[in-house]
Amino acid sequence: MNLGLLFNPTSNVMVVQVEDSQLVKKYIQGDEKAIEALINRHNSRLTGFIYSKVGDRELTEDIFQDTFMKVIRTLKRGAYNEEGKFLPWVMRIAHNLVIDHFRKHNRMPMYNSKESYNIFSLLGDDKLNAEKQLIKEQIDSDLLKMIKELPEDQQEVLEMRIYKDMSFKEISDNTGVSINTALGRMRYALINLRKLVEVNNIVLTN
Amino acid sequence: MENIYTKDQNKTKLVKAKPETIQFLLSYSKSLNITEVDGLQFESNLN
Repeated sequence: MNLGLLFNPTSNVMVVQVEDSQLVKKYIQGDEKAIEALINRHNSRLTGFIYSKVGDRELTEDIFQDTFMKVIRTLKRGAYNEEGKFLPWVMRIAHNLVIDHFRKHNRMPMYNSKESYNIFSLLGDDKLNAEKQLIKEQIDSDLLKMIKELPEDQQEVLEMRIYKDMSFKEISDNTGVSINTALGRMRYALINLRKLVEVNNIVLTN
Repeated sequence: MENIYTKDQNKTKLVKAKPETIQFLLSYSKSLNITEVDGLQFESNLN
């Protein structure tokens, strides 16, 4: 049997500590005292681990309890394999239960449809309706017309930046001007566009 | 305006699970019985 020697600072003596794996074996053989020793040994560590994740005392107690219920069930079923260490295995169970809890309570809130509160007001349809689609097309064509009125160098930079999604470095490489010049042209293109919007009294919002 | 309902929480850090929780687990362990019939496992709680 593997035994570890531990120093107990309260009693100033060395105590013999039975390894986790030995206690697990004893418990599987029917020694109920072994599970008590295991729970007490890892109580504070596991509680601290769960509490650091959930930050609530009562919830920590609940998850601690569920964790060890699962441990007890698995050990009694003989489904525990000795490959890993006992504590990391227990911690993993606790971690999964914490995730389950957050999934149940945060990610999937429950909505009930009532007359005053309709679930469909929360669930939107991303697609534009026919009217909004028409407005969008109108805005796009207005904008395109105004862009055509800009000086050619500004038009070129704006098209590359907005429609072709190129970086100013790429624009600079393609047009043969410096990055600062490209930035300046973009700035003037936007200023001029704003002026054109004002002069033509166009509304560019959907 | 919406009411904000809060309850006073014990802010001190939880260091250990309560003795009642441990006691419950020990009782659960004693009462849990697994029987295997034809490769199928059945759980039962003997109270």
